[in-house]
Amino acid sequence: MSKGYISIEGLARSFPAPSGSGAATTVFRDLWFAMDKGEFVCVIGHSGCGKTTVLNILAGLDDPSAGVVIVDGKEISGPSLDRAVIFQGHALLPWRSVLGNVAYAVSSKWRGWTKQQVEDHARKYIDVVGLKGSEAKKPAQLSGGMKQRVGIARALSIEPKILLMDEPFSALDALTRGTLQAEARRICVETGQTVFMITHDIDEAIYLADKIVLMTNGPGAQIAEIVVNPLPKERARDSFHKHPLYYALRNHLIDFLVTRSKTFAAEIAAKAAEGRPHDARRPPVILPAGLEKPITTLNGSGPAMAQSA
Amino acid sequence: MLKSLSWRAATLSVVLFVLFVGAWQLATSGGSTALPPGMDPEYAKLLGLGATQGKSAMPTPLEVGAKIWGHLRDPFYDRGTNDKGIGIQLAYSVARVALGYLIAVAVAIPLGFLIGMSPLLYRALDPFIQIMKPVSPLAWMPLALYTIKDSSTSAIFVIFICSLWPMLINTAFGVASVRKEWLNVARTLEVGPVRRAFTVILPAAAPTILTGMRISIGIAWLVIVAAEMLVGGTGIGYFVWNEWNNLSITNVIVAILFIGVVGMVLDLMLARAARAVTYPE
Repeated sequence: MSKGYISIEGLARSFPAPSGSGAATTVFRDLWFAMDKGEFVCVIGHSGCGKTTVLNILAGLDDPSAGVVIVDGKEISGPSLDRAVIFQGHALLPWRSVLGNVAYAVSSKWRGWTKQQVEDHARKYIDVVGLKGSEAKKPAQLSGGMKQRVGIARALSIEPKILLMDEPFSALDALTRGTLQAEARRICVETGQTVFMITHDIDEAIYLADKIVLMTNGPGAQIAEIVVNPLPKERARDSFHKHPLYYALRNHLIDFLVTRSKTFAAEIAAKAAEGRPHDARRPPVILPAGLEKPITTLNGSGPAMAQSA
Repeated sequence: MLKSLSWRAATLSVVLFVLFVGAWQLATSGGSTALPPGMDPEYAKLLGLGATQGKSAMPTPLEVGAKIWGHLRDPFYDRGTNDKGIGIQLAYSVARVALGYLIAVAVAIPLGFLIGMSPLLYRALDPFIQIMKPVSPLAWMPLALYTIKDSSTSAIFVIFICSLWPMLINTAFGVASVRKEWLNVARTLEVGPVRRAFTVILPAAAPTILTGMRISIGIAWLVIVAAEMLVGGTGIGYFVWNEWNNLSITNVIVAILFIGVVGMVLDLMLARAARAVTYPE
């Protein structure tokens, strides 16, 4: 497998049985996956498949039971300022102002900076997420969407190599979510940010992602396949669902979540009987059925393209 | 509406106060100095009947008011061991409380931090804390007098020991229950342990710690009166006991009022500090 900018190699995580007796629960096993610099990758799967655990391992907040994660040529161990996390529950420090929260991250990254340098840098990113004028407010004075904007500003302000997002918009109402998705995409495309995002929202994945990683149900979850998003890089939040390829992709993802995520083991067995065994190290990279080839040239070529069955 | 509510509450307070004072006046002004019928007033005076008969040692509100005024006019006089102004006595008590309390703060907060951060220590020390916490601080007094051999220092020790537990428990609890996501923020930002303690754990636990400190100052002020009754010499507790021995109920009532006012001021100070560190979520 070609080594990408980020490479997940043979990752597994199991938890001991709660009572101490009985077998350990393996949440997921043998995950292999690589992504390139500047790619936006979404992982979707049912709850319990270990999506968040994968993200926590990438963030360095959790340790894998087996396997490694390599970022920019180095194996990760523990958290790092190279990898910023946008938490599901925004996780702002409530006793700090908007500026204080972002400045805290900035001063953690550049410890030698003066107060003025830190504030200027923090203000720049508060501006990017459109919160100019709210610098002095405390998180409790902000709406849910604004809080998450601060979370995004904080993560971006440390200029990370990768942005890790754990269902960042799931707690927001539909309208706010749509606006924030559009802004997140704009910012990430403009800055060429590499993003790894967890979601259970199919439309969110279609709108944001360059590649969509499908995980089967846990325990013992696997990467079933990696779907290449055929939508053009330039997509508008209000019209992407009218794109001719949208429904093919959406149907493929829904089919996966509704049925194939459960029956994937049988699917593997059937394919193996046909002489096409599933190789966990090279999960199939596919375009949804009916699409001959991607509309745009995708940056970063993964393993050999295969047409979905 | 809010303004009118507080206005009505104030009015009701005044009415209750007037009713209380009125009832007090009625209760104490009764029992007239009327002499048994047919007795010669001169003879009655000779027997001392006019001075005591029917007259309670319980003062009237006016007498208490006059006494308070007297104390307020000259709170810091010092005419020997058993006759010091109430201001001096209160100052002794406040100083003892402050000293014992500050030593307790200096011990409880760092120790509580350690206990809160280490689940091992939390569990290991829990039985000791649970046993020591419900012990009346005055039970320590003989032990303190025997080992310290100084009554004034013993009183400070008793204040220390009674202030310690609420602060220790609240600090440990506050530190242990800092939200995981805030700690994760610090971890992903590679914040070191010392900076994390001061920039995340301390502000997050501060409201809980201040609650413990507020409970402690309340207990300390309760305990100092009893402790000073035991150790004697100086302080408002000693003043109360001394005036009881002098059978000056007026002074005892005045002392109760002053103890209440000082306790309220101490509580308000801590409440204000608690408000300053509380954050809305």
